[in-house]
Amino acid sequence: MAHSTTLQPNAASATYADAPRTGTWDGGNEPFKASYGKLMMWFFLLSDAFTFGAFLTAYGLIRHKHGVFTGEAKDFFFSTAHWPIPEKVFNAFPGLHGVDLPLAFVAFMTMILIFSSVTMVLAVEAGHRMDKADVQKWLLWTILFGSIFISSQAWEWTHFINGTEAGTRMADGTVMHGANLAVNQYGPPLFADLFFFITGFHGTHVFSGICLLVWCFIATTNGTFEKRGHYEMIEKIGLYWHFVDLVWVFVFTFFYLV
Amino acid sequence: MSAHAAPEHGEYTGEIAKPNTAWIWKTFWILVIITAAEFAIAFSMTSPGLRTMRNAIFIVMTILKAFFIVGEFMHLKHEVKSLIWTILVPTALLVWLVVALVTEGSYVGEVLSHMFSS
Repeated sequence: MAHSTTLQPNAASATYADAPRTGTWDGGNEPFKASYGKLMMWFFLLSDAFTFGAFLTAYGLIRHKHGVFTGEAKDFFFSTAHWPIPEKVFNAFPGLHGVDLPLAFVAFMTMILIFSSVTMVLAVEAGHRMDKADVQKWLLWTILFGSIFISSQAWEWTHFINGTEAGTRMADGTVMHGANLAVNQYGPPLFADLFFFITGFHGTHVFSGICLLVWCFIATTNGTFEKRGHYEMIEKIGLYWHFVDLVWVFVFTFFYLV
Repeated sequence: MSAHAAPEHGEYTGEIAKPNTAWIWKTFWILVIITAAEFAIAFSMTSPGLRTMRNAIFIVMTILKAFFIVGEFMHLKHEVKSLIWTILVPTALLVWLVVALVTEGSYVGEVLSHMFSS
């Protein structure tokens, strides 16, 4: 093939192997007007959306396979015969033992995650302005909110696993408290399984996000991005962080509200 | 990366612009209001007869929230059209998969209950 593009280095020159390839068909242009890193983050997030999509699809199928409780919400009782009403399962709040506060704690967690998304986008905005101090400040806020969220999830898991004092009398006559992967007091075994897998997978994503943000904070403090001339790394990690928030929006609706 | 004003190496010495955050807080309040409305509906529409209606409202509100998170926070609304479609078309197929398998789930449940109870 003839080298028609002017930007293509001469193949015969000694520097050919070292020189960056800048021709149109050598990776010199940006498809979609997005940088390589950002585009690949988008494609990764799309594949991650498939993973969570598979979880939520499985949840939808399994939930519709089980019976629904047909009576009024106030008459609801735990049984393996029907799928539990979420607000009857998730009604506890740390420090308020025995008080029925349906979905209050999950509302708190949702707000925390929305806040963390806002501080993340503020960090990206500060990066555009090359404002190192602001980037550091907003990254720290995001790390803080992310840590609060994951701690809240740890509390929620503990409560879900330990269960209520009353428990539920099972078919074999024993009283079951809380949940494990084989049996639980709230309803069909698959209810607890899906809770562990979906919120667990989401929590793992939040944890990875926090690790990436801590690394970003260290790199910002060391001036790595400043020397590079741009804060695009914050943008890429930001995309990931917003995606985690987005997943929570769907988990919140399909696991806690519907 | 030539659009960036900073020097290739070394400390950034240029002037730092004023923050432009009004659009961020606007998006934040939209998300908060939608979430608050979701809770209001969760506790006011409790009658079993309204369940389908209630769930439909929840799904619409969820998609609305997703639109603001992806469009504004993830900046997708301001990317080129081809990138927007590259992301949206596969996710639209996912929505169809969910609808198909939820229907399938109801059918499986019905078949199993007939098989063992009659």
